[in-house]
Amino acid sequence: MIEEEEVDLLLNDLVDLYGYDFTHYARASLKRRINRLWSLDRFPSFAELRYRVRSDSDYLKRFVEELTVNVTEMFRDPLFYKALRTEVLTALAAKPFIRVWHAGCSTGEEVFSMAILLKEANLLHKSLLYATDLNPEVLEAARNGIFAMGPMKQYSENYILSGGIHDFSIYYTAQYGYVKFDEELTRKMVFSTHNLVSDRSFNEFDLILCRNVLIYFDKALQERVFTLFDESLGPLSFLALGAKETIKFSSIQAKYKQIGSEKLWRKVG
Amino acid sequence: MAESGVIVPNKVVIIGGSTGSIEVLLQLLPALQSPLAFSVVIVLHRKNTADSTLANLLSLKTAIPVKEVDDKDILQPGHIYLAPADYHLLIELDGSFSLDDSEKVNYSRPSIDVAFESAADVFGPALIGVLLSGANADGTNGLIAIKQAGGQVVVQQPETAQVAFMPQQAILRSQPDYILDVPGLIALLTTGI
Ligand SMILES: C[S@@+](CC[C@H](N)C(=O)[O-])C[C@H]1O[C@@H](n2cnc3c(N)ncnc32)[C@H](O)[C@@H]1O
Repeated sequence: MIEEEEVDLLLNDLVDLYGYDFTHYARASLKRRINRLWSLDRFPSFAELRYRVRSDSDYLKRFVEELTVNVTEMFRDPLFYKALRTEVLTALAAKPFIRVWHAGCSTGEEVFSMAILLKEANLLHKSLLYATDLNPEVLEAARNGIFAMGPMKQYSENYILSGGIHDFSIYYTAQYGYVKFDEELTRKMVFSTHNLVSDRSFNEFDLILCRNVLIYFDKALQERVFTLFDESLGPLSFLALGAKETIKFSSIQAKYKQIGSEKLWRKVG
Repeated sequence: MAESGVIVPNKVVIIGGSTGSIEVLLQLLPALQSPLAFSVVIVLHRKNTADSTLANLLSLKTAIPVKEVDDKDILQPGHIYLAPADYHLLIELDGSFSLDDSEKVNYSRPSIDVAFESAADVFGPALIGVLLSGANADGTNGLIAIKQAGGQVVVQQPETAQVAFMPQQAILRSQPDYILDVPGLIALLTTGI
C-alpha cells in the first residue's frame, strides 16, 4: 500500500517532468489507482515504481492512462439521453449551427450516442461535436469508431429506453466481434487532446457534456472547470454533468437553471 | 443512552451486504435510536438502476436521515449514508465522500472491499465494519483492512444469513471480533454490548 507522502512524490514528479498535474484529483480514488498499478505491474517497491515513471516515457503513457478512469458506455443513464432529446435538442433546433463539446469523452461512446440523437432529430447536418480528453490513446480509439460487439445488446436496450425507435444495429456494421459505426456520424466529430486542469476555453458552445469526470477532481479543481465551462457557454446554452455531479455550491450556480430532475442546466444569467 | 461498549460519538459503522442483506437492514434500522451518536454507511450490491427506491425504502424504516451519497457529500454523525448504484464509494481524509466509476471489483460496483478499505484508511480504530448475507466473496478483504487499521469486525452468523457464503468467507479469513445473529447485531449497535 502506498503512503500519502509517496503519492505526493509521484504527483510532483508528474508535474515536474511531464507537466501533468494530478495534485487536485480526489485523493482516495487516485491512491487506489496507484496501488492497483503497483500490483498489476508487479513493482517490488515504491522506489522501483517511481524510477520507472521518471525514466521511461512509454511507461508514463500507460501510467497516466491507468491513473485516470476511462470506463464509459453508450446511452449511459438512458433517461438523461431522453431529456437531451426532449428538452435540449428541441430548444437548439432553430439554431443555424449547433456546437457540442464532450469534455472527458474517453473512447467516444458518449459522442456517438449524441451524434445518433442529433441525427434522429434531423440536426446532425448542422452540428459539430468537439470531443476532448487528456489521454491521446482513448481519442485514437474514439476516432476509429470501432467498438467491441459484446456490449451492443446492452447499448441497444439503453438506446430504446432513451426514446430510440429504430433497430440500433442500423447505425453500425458488424465484423469479427467488432462493430464500426457509420462514417456519417464520425464526419461530424472533431477529436483533440485538452486537459481540463491546464488548458483554456477554445470555442463557444451550445451544449457542453462533462459526465463522470468531475467526480475525480477535488472542489478547487471542479471550481476551475466550472469557470472554464461558463466562459465557453453562450447565452441559453446547456451544461450536462454525470448522475452524481452538481454545480450546486459552485460560483457559477446562480447563472444556471436546472432542467427537470436530470443533471442538466441552462445558462439563463 | 448506553455509554459503555464499542460505540462512542464519531465512530463510523460501515455495513456491507449482498443477497439477503436488505431484510437484515429492514430489521436493524427501526431499532436504531434517533438521534444517532455515530454515522452509518451502507454499501449494498444492487441492480444498476439509478433510481432512489432503496434509499426511500430504508428511510421509511427510521427517523434518522438517510441519504444516498452524492459526490463530495460530507460524512456527519447522526446520518445514514447509502452508496449509490453503479459507483464505488470512497472516503477522503477530510471526511467527504468520493465516487468512482472505475472497473467492477468482485463483479461489483459498488464494491464492499473498495468502500471498506478506503474507510479503514481514514477512520482506523474508529471504524466498525459489518458484513451481512451474500453470495459473493466481496467484503472479506475490506474487513481484513479494517482489522489491520485497528477497527472492529462484525460478521453475520452464517446460519442466520439468507445466503451464507459471504459471511463464511469473512469468518475464514478476517478474524472477526463478533459473529452475530440479527438480534445480536441490533444489541451491539444499540447498547454496545
Ligand atoms: C469515466 S470517463 C467518462 C467518460 C464519459 N464522459 C462517460 O460519462 O461515460 C472519464 C474521462 O475523463 C478523462 N479525464 C480525466 N482527467 C482529465 C483532464 N484533466 N482533462 C480532460 N480529461 C480528463 C479521462 O481520461 C477519462 O477518459
